[in-house]
Amino acid sequence: MDFLNAIVALSNFVLIPAVTYGAQLALGALGVTLIYSILRFSNFAHGDTMAFGAMVTIFVTWGLQGLGITFGVLPTALLALPIGIAATGLLVLSTDKLVYQFYRRQKAAPVIFVIVSMGVMFIMNGLVRLFIGPDDQQFADGARFIISVRDFREMTGLREGLAIKTTQGITVVTAIIVVALLFWFLNKTRTGKSMRAYSDNEDLALLSGINPDRVVMYTWLLVAALATTAGVLYGLDKSFKPFTYFQLLLPVFAAAIVGGLGNPIGAIVGGFVIAFSEIMITYAWKKVLVYLMPEMLEPSGLMQLMSTDYKFAVSFVILIIVLLFRPTGLFRGKAV
Amino acid sequence: MNPVMKNSALFALVGVLILITGFLQSWNTALLILNMGLISAILALGVNLQWGFAGLFNIGIMGFVALGGLAAVLIAMPPTSDAWVAGGARVILGLLMGVATIVAAVLVQKHMPKGRVRNSVTLIILLGGFILYRMIFDPAVDAVESVNPALTGYLGGLDLPILLAWPVGGLLAAGAAWIIGKTALGLRSDYLAIATLGIAEIIIAVLKNEDWLSRGVKNAIGLPRPVPREIDLQQSASFVERAEALGLNPVTASSLFVKLGYSVLFTIVLVLLLVLAQLALKSPWGRMMRAIRDNETAARAMGKDVTRRHLQIFILGSAICGIAGAMMTTLDGQLTPSSYQPLRFTFLVWVMVIVGGSGNNFGAVLGGFLIWFLWVQVEPMGLALIDLVTSGMSSDSPLRNHLQDSAAHMRLLTMGIILLVVLRFSPRGLIPER
Repeated sequence: MDFLNAIVALSNFVLIPAVTYGAQLALGALGVTLIYSILRFSNFAHGDTMAFGAMVTIFVTWGLQGLGITFGVLPTALLALPIGIAATGLLVLSTDKLVYQFYRRQKAAPVIFVIVSMGVMFIMNGLVRLFIGPDDQQFADGARFIISVRDFREMTGLREGLAIKTTQGITVVTAIIVVALLFWFLNKTRTGKSMRAYSDNEDLALLSGINPDRVVMYTWLLVAALATTAGVLYGLDKSFKPFTYFQLLLPVFAAAIVGGLGNPIGAIVGGFVIAFSEIMITYAWKKVLVYLMPEMLEPSGLMQLMSTDYKFAVSFVILIIVLLFRPTGLFRGKAV
Repeated sequence: MNPVMKNSALFALVGVLILITGFLQSWNTALLILNMGLISAILALGVNLQWGFAGLFNIGIMGFVALGGLAAVLIAMPPTSDAWVAGGARVILGLLMGVATIVAAVLVQKHMPKGRVRNSVTLIILLGGFILYRMIFDPAVDAVESVNPALTGYLGGLDLPILLAWPVGGLLAAGAAWIIGKTALGLRSDYLAIATLGIAEIIIAVLKNEDWLSRGVKNAIGLPRPVPREIDLQQSASFVERAEALGLNPVTASSLFVKLGYSVLFTIVLVLLLVLAQLALKSPWGRMMRAIRDNETAARAMGKDVTRRHLQIFILGSAICGIAGAMMTTLDGQLTPSSYQPLRFTFLVWVMVIVGGSGNNFGAVLGGFLIWFLWVQVEPMGLALIDLVTSGMSSDSPLRNHLQDSAAHMRLLTMGIILLVVLRFSPRGLIPER
């Protein structure tokens, strides 16, 4: 019984949150990695792109709620998501036309692109704060739990409860659908194949008649979809605050780099590596250990390796360790 | 127009902008802008050293600034003797234990033959060391933090003159830069950028959470000052007499006098660093740095030790940021870890360097002043603009109120636009590298 209780406590406080967070990071990291492999730069505005997409979705959600339209047990935000993606797509495409295209034509060095993306980051950050303000916003509605702690206890008779929030379920399901669609698109469609060809060898791709403008356009659209989805899922699960999204830049990049920049599978694995280590290292293990250890060995402290405020330190240390021992990431990434 | 004329005109323009602030708003505001402008210029010099001279992409400036701020607390605040009695020695012992663990692990990695034995020994040392460290450190920290937590709850400082904190802030930042540089400088530029971003967040997290060191989010307030306090000046008969002779209200006069005092101190530091940076740029060392920046492979083929030179300039630039950070905390009179935000302390400095002209020390200084001026003044300008645009609406119109509330966020937008416009139309900045 104690063993089962330990497993339940572990799932409730570590596994489920980590899987959810990992899925959100993976979606973010996929966007970063796509830009890196096709447009060949590290996009520092990615966190703010996520914030922008989430913000538009929140506005549409509020509008729908105002009209009395809801999505039953599911959050209304899912209905608003396509509009958020479309608006973000429009934003990143116009950013590309107004800003990045010029440097691409010039064949500017990647580091110039990075600095340019810093400027875009300022603008997007400013826009988001201008429209929605810097404060916390809650926009999740619908049923709160798939399984609540009390139901679970009644069902199983265990002392520990297990709760699965609707947002956690939705995050994982949506992430699986999005990733499946992305891989289908990249591997099976003509456009997807031309994108991969362009990423592998730009000159050869151009020689074989691939239209670079089309590739760039589709990349931005995919990035907009991924970033908005990641942003909305993160906001549903936790809450929406522009500054938090800006700070997500670090774990998202860490995930992409740990997996190997430019490698989509790597981005997904990296997302989960970062999420699991962050949560496992900052979780107080006392509860789980109390069930597992014999009574006399029970831990007296919280058995927390590091306080939760050091979660950035965790992503960072993982990043450094991986880079020191495997400089191109777990799955061989590419270098521009 | 020759370059010297143009550059002097640009500096004169910034001077005039600050003077206009003085006449239109208040001299207090003008001096505040001037003082932070001086500090920003120093920060920009430091970043220019790394980016402009050597092409190192460091976006962890905030961390070094915060370390400088920590130095101000550690040097100038009076020590909390009760806390030292309660657990000071044990805290130090715990930290030494932590350092010893890491050193032992590194030594094992270096000297034992490769293989499974080495890995398990390293792991045992790290694990055992970590447990020992927590066993010594945690109770000590609790003891220190429970000593009068409302007022102190930390170990305090050394009670030395705060001016000493400026070089010490530089040293602290240099030490951190050495550790970071040793691990991360070998990485590619994007990785280095993310690594420095991460380090900065970690430093801020340490300042926020390690209450025994910096009082954390309770903030260390009331730092000693290198200039007299306003209240003392107002009570000094000779000062009041002189202020009245100038036709000034003693309260205003004292505040201006104090700010001018800071301006003089900051100007001395800026001029000193600018001269040094200029000498460095013109020396063979500076030419070598730029050669490395422009073509690393060729420089390496000429026998230059690129890694060492990068480490060297990374440490120097970070030290300058540390000095500026200590000065900033001195000016504020308090250390508030939660006020450190990357957009303001890292990316804004980058805007300064790029707009001013990377690779040119005078450009960086100009960028520091100009961008700081805009950062401060965009907000009132934006508010005035919105007031003008919405003047037709009724005063309780929700749109008008929302726009007025949002005016504060105009500055981020403006900074982004300025950066993009400069990068597009004058990519080498206002005062380009020669």
